[in-house]
Amino acid sequence: MLRAKKRGWDDILLDIFVYSFLIALIIVTLYPFLNTLAISLNEGRDSIKGGIYLWPREFTTFNYESLLTDPQIFHAAGVSIARTVLTTVFGTFLTAMLAYVISRKDFVLRKFITFIYVLTMYVQGGLIPTYFLYQRLGLTNNFWVYVLPGLVAAFNLIIVRTYINGLPESLIESAKIDGASEFTIFLKIILPLSKPVLATIAIFTAVYHWSAWWDVFLYNSSNPALSTLQYELMKVLASANSMSGSMQQALSNSAQAAQITPRAIRATMTIIVTVPIAVVYPFLQRYFVHGLTLGGVKE
Amino acid sequence: MKKSGDTFWQKLWKQKALVLMSLPFIIYVIIFKYVPLWGWLMAFQNYWPGNSFFNQTWVGLENFRLLLTDPVFFEVLRNTLAMSLIKLLSGMFFSILLALVLNEVRFAKFKKITQTISYLPHFISWVVGANLVMNALSTDGGIVNDVLLNLGIIDSPIMFMGIPKLFWWIVGASHVWKTVGFGAILYLASIVSISPSLYEAAVIDGASRLQRIRYITLPALKPVIIILLIINVGRLMNMGFQQIYLLSNGRVIEYSRIFRIFELDYGLKMMRYSFATTAGIFRSLVSIVLVFSANQIAKMMGEERLI
Repeated sequence: MLRAKKRGWDDILLDIFVYSFLIALIIVTLYPFLNTLAISLNEGRDSIKGGIYLWPREFTTFNYESLLTDPQIFHAAGVSIARTVLTTVFGTFLTAMLAYVISRKDFVLRKFITFIYVLTMYVQGGLIPTYFLYQRLGLTNNFWVYVLPGLVAAFNLIIVRTYINGLPESLIESAKIDGASEFTIFLKIILPLSKPVLATIAIFTAVYHWSAWWDVFLYNSSNPALSTLQYELMKVLASANSMSGSMQQALSNSAQAAQITPRAIRATMTIIVTVPIAVVYPFLQRYFVHGLTLGGVKE
Repeated sequence: MKKSGDTFWQKLWKQKALVLMSLPFIIYVIIFKYVPLWGWLMAFQNYWPGNSFFNQTWVGLENFRLLLTDPVFFEVLRNTLAMSLIKLLSGMFFSILLALVLNEVRFAKFKKITQTISYLPHFISWVVGANLVMNALSTDGGIVNDVLLNLGIIDSPIMFMGIPKLFWWIVGASHVWKTVGFGAILYLASIVSISPSLYEAAVIDGASRLQRIRYITLPALKPVIIILLIINVGRLMNMGFQQIYLLSNGRVIEYSRIFRIFELDYGLKMMRYSFATTAGIFRSLVSIVLVFSANQIAKMMGEERLI
C-alpha cells in the first residue's frame, strides 16, 4: 500500500498544524458564546467584578425570568417571529412561482424579467430615495415594511431558477397535454419537486429576518409596538457603548430590584436571540451547503 | 398553423397565463427597486420635502462639487476602501486556509463537528456579533485583557475599542471570526471535485502532502478565487455596513466613518437629502466601475467571467 510508506517529518508537522489550527478555531468560535451564557446565568452585580469565564459564580435564573416576563421584550419576540414566519412562507412561495415562470424557455418575457431582477443586485436607489418612497407608500410606522420590500430577492430567484432549469422538461409537456393550467403545473409538479432548493432559500430568508434590526431602526423606531428582539438588543448595546461606568451603575441601581445590570441584560438577550438559531441550523446543513454551491458555482 | 410567424403580441396572448402569473412581480420590482432610482434626480436639486418634486431648485452638479470638496470626503473614502480590502483579503485567506486544513483531516466525525461549529457565527446577527466582540475586548473582565494581564504582557487593561488606529483591525478580525467557516464551504466544494487520480499520480511520483497542496489543490482553486474576487470587488463600497456601524463609537470616528454612515449622518440626521443622495450615487458609480474593471482584468487573464 502507498499509505504504508514511512511518515516524513513534514507530514507530522502538517498534522500538528492542522489539528492545532482546528482546535484553536473551535475555542475562538465557541468561547464568546459560552462566556455570555455563563454571564447570563450569573447574578448581575456579581458579574461586574469580572473573572467569569465558562461557569457562573453565583448561579441564578433571575435574568431570564425578568427579561422573559418583560412585556416589551415579550411583544418584540412576537414581532420577530411574525415577520420571520410571514416572509419565509410567502417569500419562498412567491420566489418559486416567479422562478418557474422565468425558467420556461419559450416564455417571451423571460429575458426581460430576469434582467430587471438581476440588475437590482448592482444598482440600488440608496437610503434617502428609498426612505421617501416608503413614506409615500405609508410603509413607515407600519409592520408591513418588514415583509413587503424583501419578498422576492434576485439572488434567491436565480438559485431557484437554476434548480428548476435542471428538472426534466417532459414533466411540463405531459402535464400540458393532460390539460393542466400553468398555475396547476407550478403548484402540483414544480413546487413539490423543488423542495430541497426551497428549503435552502427559506433558511437564508428566515436567518435574515430573524437578524434584522436596520429596517426597524430606519422606519419604525418611533413605535415601540413594532420593535423586534434584535432591535431591543441593539438599543441595549448602543446605550452601553455610549455610557460611562458610573452611568451604567446608576441605571442598574434604578433598574427593577436593582439586581439586573445592563451587562446581564445584554448577555441574556444575546442568548435569547441566539438559541433558536443555534438549535436549528446544525440539522439544516445539507440544505445551505447545497444552495451555496448551486448559487455560487453554477451562476 | 404558422408557429414561428407569430408576432410578439400574438405570443404574448398565447402565453397569457404566464404573463398573468408574472405581472404582479414586474409591478412589484418596479415600485420597490426602480422608483427609488428616480430619486437619483434629487442629487441635481436642492431638494426640500415641503415642495413638490417639480418645484425644486435645480443645481446641476453643485452637490457633486460639494461632495468632492467636503473636508471628510477623502477620510471616508479611505476608511471605506481600507476596511473592505482588509476584510476581503483576510476573509479569503483564512477561508482558503480552513478549507485546505479541513481537507487534511482524516477523522470524518471530527471534521464534521468542526465544520458545524465553524458555521455558527454566520447565523447570528451583527448585533449579537458586535456584542460578543465588545465583551471579549472590554476592560472589565474581557477575555483578551485577562489573558494579556495574566501573561504579564500588559500591566493594566487596554481599552481596545477606544483606540482609533486599532479599529480597522478589530473590524478585520471580527469579520474573519464571523465568516471563515461559511466562507470555506465553496472552496471545500471545489476541492472535493478535484479528480482523485491527480493525487494518486502525485503519490506515485513521491509528492509529499504539502507538495500535493501546493501543486494540485491550490491551482485547482484558482477559478473560484478569481470569481469570488470579482464579485467582491464590486461590493468594496458596500461591505459590512452593519458591522462597522455597530462597532464604531465617537472616539474612533476618524477611522470608522464609511460612506453609508456618512450618508446616514448627512441625510437623515442633518436632513441634507440631496447631498446624501449624491454620496449614494457616487458609491454606486464607483461600484459599477470596480466590477467592470475586475471583470475586464479577469477576461484579459483568460479566466471565467461573471458578466
